[in-house]
Amino acid sequence: MKLPIYLDYAATTPVDPRVAEKMMQFLTMDGDFGNPASRSHRFGWQAEEAVEIARSQIADLINADPREIVFTSGATESNNLAIKGAAQFYHKKGKHLITCKTEHKATLDTMRALEREGFEVTYLEVEASGLLDLDKLKAAMRPDTTVVSVMFVNNEIGVIQDIAAIGELCRANGTVFHVDSAQAAGKVEIDLQALKVDLMSFSAHKIYGPKGIGALYVRRKPRIRLEAQTHGGGHERGMRSGTLPTHQIVAMGEAFRIAKLEMAAENARFATLRQRLWDGIQDIEQVFLNGDATHRVPGITNISFNYVEGESLIMALKDIAVSSGSACTSASLEPSYVLRALGLTDELAHSSIRFSIGRFTTEQQIDHTIKIVHEAIDKLRAMSPLWDMYKDGVDLNTVAWVAH
Amino acid sequence: MAYSEKVIDHYENPRNVGAFAKDDPTVATGMVGAPACGDVMKLQIKVSADGIIEDAKFKTYGCGSAIASSSLVTEWVKGKSLDEAALIKNTDIAQELALPPVKIHCSILAEDAIKAAIADYKSRHGS
Repeated sequence: MKLPIYLDYAATTPVDPRVAEKMMQFLTMDGDFGNPASRSHRFGWQAEEAVEIARSQIADLINADPREIVFTSGATESNNLAIKGAAQFYHKKGKHLITCKTEHKATLDTMRALEREGFEVTYLEVEASGLLDLDKLKAAMRPDTTVVSVMFVNNEIGVIQDIAAIGELCRANGTVFHVDSAQAAGKVEIDLQALKVDLMSFSAHKIYGPKGIGALYVRRKPRIRLEAQTHGGGHERGMRSGTLPTHQIVAMGEAFRIAKLEMAAENARFATLRQRLWDGIQDIEQVFLNGDATHRVPGITNISFNYVEGESLIMALKDIAVSSGSACTSASLEPSYVLRALGLTDELAHSSIRFSIGRFTTEQQIDHTIKIVHEAIDKLRAMSPLWDMYKDGVDLNTVAWVAH
Repeated sequence: MAYSEKVIDHYENPRNVGAFAKDDPTVATGMVGAPACGDVMKLQIKVSADGIIEDAKFKTYGCGSAIASSSLVTEWVKGKSLDEAALIKNTDIAQELALPPVKIHCSILAEDAIKAAIADYKSRHGS
């Protein structure tokens, strides 16, 4: 088996070979390299046609109109454009925004930036399951609430928020509803004819497309207006200027086309793999699954291992590429804010691992992962003073720690 | 993050992992850190009648650098008198293991663990 085993599909996915093949046809002199905005020759026309086909493929997966798709550099830019664009455009109506504490930094930091511009932001708590309590959202909504932003699928724990219900609340309040769907596209059914969502962010590299390309869905009926954040040649109906990267757009279109075809079968396979992984791990003592057990995507499994530290666990798991709930590897030494928002103690948040499986994950890889996890936990617990204390029946909350 | 070879060596083959019998009067224990901070070190020393550290053992909950730092100090304190052991500085540990700046606190914790173990010994033996 080739090591390390990649189990970090929620961070990024490899480009599907079918996508890469397609992408390469739009780069060189022999391919359709033209500028889609060139109206005076066939190089431009062909590139434009390719872009429009891709736009339709993306719209197809989410049951939207192709004219509702605006290309961006990725979900971070889409979130910025959606939240800042709507907040600024509708600022005369109100300056109150709502989001949730477990959102991606691309949303939270955008909200912070708007606070500096004089907007007021409510950051909602989530339940221990990671899900939003709709009554709390309802209570937070005001007549001057112009934008609500909630992610579809959480990137760390994989829980799925009730986007349909939140959409109803927003529509009833006349509030623009933005949904970050970077982790949702190709994983959950998205029907924008049914969902009352006004703006939705997408990324290509989470669904086997290339990095550096994404899209923002902007609803036409009822029409949503945005203040542009990138000014220039007026591309994308003035909402996002900049020459369209044909090769990336075509690749994103192909990735979305494949996702539509294969999503159902893929999800069924992931569910089996996820169960296999959890069955192999849950017999270890003091192991906890983070986030709601049912409202979740099958690709992401976040597990806390009590009495072992996250970063050393990552080191012990060097043959599998996973990510840690502990940001100990960065300079911050802070445990994941998402896991803290679920009410996990710092220790448990520090000791958590996100396993995210994807298109190229095999049963053999899962079995090997289970074996490696058992070995790592045995080794680290044999070394852990906390494990000894737990085994001796000491309540760690009663110990007077010498903090530093 | 890339670790130095020495950190990886100590992490993969930690020296002197374990614990001594709690009721042994020649044993002293230093436990420092806190679970909430992401590292707890327990260092035990076994001291001879003439005040020489004959043996040392550790258990550490923490990152690779914390494990390596504690493993290293168990090697360093062996054969030293209590006073000599008290002179081990966190900077020596950090230098030996080539710890990056964000991991300096691991070496500080290891130094604290030695000091705590020595203090424990002295408090038990009234010197």
